[in-house]
Amino acid sequence: MNARGFAPHPAVRWAIGLVVIVLFAIPIVSMAEYTLRDATTGGHSLVHWFDLFDPAKAGTYRPIWTGLGNSLVLAVVTVAIVLLLLAPTMVLVELRFPKLKRPFEFLALLPISIPAIVLVVGLAPIYLVIGRTIGTGIWPLAFAYGVTVLPFAYRAIQAAIDATELRTLAEAARSLGAGWPAVLLQVFAPNLRTGLLAASLISVAVVLGEFTIASLLNRQNLQTALVVVGKQDPYASVILSLLALAFAFVLLVVIGRIGGGTPRARRTGRTARTAPAPTRPPKDQP
Amino acid sequence: MTDTAIATADNAILAGARTGSAVAFEGVVKDYGQTRVLHGLDLTIQPGEFVSLLGPSGCGKTTALRVLAGLERANGGTVRIGGADVSAVPTNRRDLGMVFQAYSLFPHLDVTANTAFGLRMRKVAKREAAERVRDALALVGLEGYGDRYPHQLSGGQQQRVALARALVTEPRVLLLDEPLSALDAKVRVALRDEIRRIQLRLGITTVFVTHDQEEALAVSDRIAVMNAGRIDQIGTPEELYLRPATAHVAEFVGLSSVLSCTVSGGVAEVLGIRLPTVGERADGPAEAFVRPENVRLGGPIAAVVLESTFLGSVRRTVLRTEGGQLLRMQHSVSERVEFGERVTLGLEPAPVAVRSREG
Repeated sequence: MNARGFAPHPAVRWAIGLVVIVLFAIPIVSMAEYTLRDATTGGHSLVHWFDLFDPAKAGTYRPIWTGLGNSLVLAVVTVAIVLLLLAPTMVLVELRFPKLKRPFEFLALLPISIPAIVLVVGLAPIYLVIGRTIGTGIWPLAFAYGVTVLPFAYRAIQAAIDATELRTLAEAARSLGAGWPAVLLQVFAPNLRTGLLAASLISVAVVLGEFTIASLLNRQNLQTALVVVGKQDPYASVILSLLALAFAFVLLVVIGRIGGGTPRARRTGRTARTAPAPTRPPKDQP
Repeated sequence: MTDTAIATADNAILAGARTGSAVAFEGVVKDYGQTRVLHGLDLTIQPGEFVSLLGPSGCGKTTALRVLAGLERANGGTVRIGGADVSAVPTNRRDLGMVFQAYSLFPHLDVTANTAFGLRMRKVAKREAAERVRDALALVGLEGYGDRYPHQLSGGQQQRVALARALVTEPRVLLLDEPLSALDAKVRVALRDEIRRIQLRLGITTVFVTHDQEEALAVSDRIAVMNAGRIDQIGTPEELYLRPATAHVAEFVGLSSVLSCTVSGGVAEVLGIRLPTVGERADGPAEAFVRPENVRLGGPIAAVVLESTFLGSVRRTVLRTEGGQLLRMQHSVSERVEFGERVTLGLEPAPVAVRSREG
């Protein structure tokens, strides 16, 4: 039996798609409808959206902007950890210590099976020491986030590494006179671009949605701020939750788009793969 | 590519080309864990020479090349390029060009950028780099392919670009690590001949790793036949074929019939015929390696035809002697023999390689 035999009828596919869309759309549409409710007129208006930017209510919403700023700082530091620490380590394991690949994968995927609240139990005493030594600023929280994003970032980068003959490319570049920095920046980075971007964007999405660790370690980020503000103005927290969802959606669309190939290949309409393994063409010619 | 175009491209490269450098392995030892893969390798390659490292899988030929490239560090011995000890010099400072077995073009760069990569690393001015890239692509017959990406090229074209990329920097030594093995037979022969043509024109010292004896015989000035981490014999293709130093060389280079014999005083008695042996051999029972072209119709050996194959310019026939030994004979197409036919054979008095037989 061929694969086509298992394919559902187009009508069934549409029905499944519709159910999924409705399932996701109902809460989102409900949230949007809620933010438009106007208690004074009993109808719908954008008054709660405008309130966010009302100078008279700036004090109420200040924690949100502070939390948003903190979350963005955390996102940047977490992405830096992924790009500057995780990715080079993975390349090193791939090229120099292939026997460590399985243990490293196990370690990298482990955080996905540990609930955030359990992580915090272990992290709390560590952050007590961190607080005493380098202060209680927001950015050290990125170390914890570096752990929580590890499984997602690892999978994204490893998929790109698996699709690329790193060893051969490195040896070719070295034989042509490239030092290791040039190999990393001019050969590996462009060929792992899809994986690195996906890992970065997923990390940003995870960091912007994180609540438990920040709350239990008494740090303020976007999510904890939403909870604080939500107690005074539930409309504002729902509006910002919607915006956060929209941002995550845009990130996912961007991830999907960047898988399209090299800029030049895209301009000319070719379907180039970004990081094809050394390719075997369909037909050999001299 | 026309002859005129080839000559123009070659001359352009030749204008800036340097003479190749001498290469020397001096007692090079390489271990992988507890396994020794190179046992004190000694090999000297003259400037501009094309030397092939030939041997079966696992004989250490690729390891030797990788040690020369600096991609593997030897556990002992010295590697010299141009007389200087480069054992501790990293790959990127050895001034080599290398073509790999796997397609190794950078997937994110087009053909021009791939070819210019080595020049960019050497900070060659853009205008000069563009000219040299154009000449190198012309040399390998790929003018007009500059804006293509690797995935848009055939395997043969990719290896041509890899060759241009390796040559454009005018390296001291060109290293070829089975660059043809992923290609189909016709492309392999065409590219093989082209590599040799370019090498002769540029005079670049070239080390070519292959397990294909026909490939090595066709292009090399000298061939080093390797076995279990050692060089069994190094010599010209003719020397290896006509005077193999060991049974392994005789078996690996060219086609032979392995026949029981008795060695006595440097002479092997094969099927009742006395033949000189190659080199000094211990007396006693042995196996002789007899080339098919040294077997002829007519003589004292009675045999029956098992199979006869027409190969165009010659015919190759497999026969079984009365003693049950199998014999290959290469003869003129005009000498037709039929399956089951009884014939008599003789052996030319050419020296044969022999291997001592246990018991």
